Amino acid sequence: MRVEVDQPRCVASGQCVLAAPEVFDQDDDGIVEMLADHPEPDQHDGVREAVAICPAAAIRLVRE
Amino acid sequence: MTETLPDTSTAAHEYPSPRAAGCPFDPPPALRALQAERPVSRVRIWDGSTAWLVTRHDQMRALLGDPRISADATRPGYPHSSPGTQASSRVRRTFLVMDDPEHARLRRMVTAPFAIRKVEALRPAVQRTTDDLIDALLAGPKPADLVEAFALPLPSLVICALLGVPYEDHDLFQRNTRVIVSRSATPEEVVTAQQALTEYLDDLLTVKRAHPADDLLSRLAAERVNTGELTRREAAQMGVLLLSAGHETTANMIALGTLALLENPDQLALLRDAEDPKVVAGAVEELLRYLTIVHSGRRRVALEDIEIGGEVIRAGDGIIVAGDIANRDPEAFPDPDRLDLTRDARRHVAFGFGVHQCLGQPLARVELQVVYSTLYHRIPTLQLAADVDGLPFKHDGLIYGVHELPVTW
Repeated sequence: MRVEVDQPRCVASGQCVLAAPEVFDQDDDGIVEMLADHPEPDQHDGVREAVAICPAAAIRLVRE
Repeated sequence: MTETLPDTSTAAHEYPSPRAAGCPFDPPPALRALQAERPVSRVRIWDGSTAWLVTRHDQMRALLGDPRISADATRPGYPHSSPGTQASSRVRRTFLVMDDPEHARLRRMVTAPFAIRKVEALRPAVQRTTDDLIDALLAGPKPADLVEAFALPLPSLVICALLGVPYEDHDLFQRNTRVIVSRSATPEEVVTAQQALTEYLDDLLTVKRAHPADDLLSRLAAERVNTGELTRREAAQMGVLLLSAGHETTANMIALGTLALLENPDQLALLRDAEDPKVVAGAVEELLRYLTIVHSGRRRVALEDIEIGGEVIRAGDGIIVAGDIANRDPEAFPDPDRLDLTRDARRHVAFGFGVHQCLGQPLARVELQVVYSTLYHRIPTLQLAADVDGLPFKHDGLIYGVHELPVTW
């Protein structure tokens, strides 16, 4: 699983950080930052949840 | 009790419609009928105009994430919530009712203090404030009004500290906010309240420019007003938005949430005995879903024709997205009318969806997690000191809740 984030779309709701804290972080303005673009398998559920709850569709899963 | 469900085959039901007597936590029965039979349908609002009402969870998310809709309250066709909000939209413009890119530019000026790390750093202070207020409540007379003694001061104190607003002015901003969120306030009353708050914040920003402190208003003054990125008026209106939204919403969640838990003692016991922060966090999401205090519909206008739910919303048509019934959509949440603190409710739309989703949600979560995990633990005998049916519910509010909540212990 590869994860991509679209920072210009991000609205800083912070929900991805709550859903998958090992994968997503925020910069000083609350905008999404990647910690791991190839998350470990035990983090995949959290990443999928983050994709589902992101209000701005700023997170994408890319099949490799 | 007999209920007459609306005939959903004819056009344009009245919106909003009343909740059923004796069901203070459930959305109006008319919304249920529409969701089941015609989830995207025409409704008639207060000024006689019609708008599209969207009631399903998946449709709400799709629509609020769709760039073909606008939140710009100055566009023709925009379905205003009340005469007061219509009048206020002529004198006040915040990013809440703007579209990108202007919306994003302004919103990003105030996102920093709401980042997860920053609100987590506030948790100990929120805990202390919560404990202090409970100490004072327990030391005072009973019965007591939980709204006045606890639900309203807690989020007010927290947002005051974050913004740099002196808490001793709470009567002024709480009173004017109450007018702004009342659907039955006259346009004159709403505009007057709006102006009073804007002037108050403008004065405060002047003080912050001269004597900056470590707070959001000081940063807005120094980094945005002094640089010419924001006018004083824009900064003041942004301050009004954050101050009002920062206390009124959470206060209603605390009081109404407590009432819902007192009415569901098994769920209250679950929360009172919870030691795992994840259990508490899950409970907060479920209470957000179950109560959906923003119960007057989120307002938009279509920029292009949009096909959804077998209907075509035409460019220029008003749209109302009803989060209260969307959060009770059985397709999204099995057995939706049951308050079940153990369910995974994270996909609720209580904070809205799309680019306008609530900016303060991380702070609201921390406040509610602290409050719900502390209040019932410290006052295990907490009980209602009035009849539920006689409580003053905020039926005419843009935001739902109770005006007062008499409790004893």
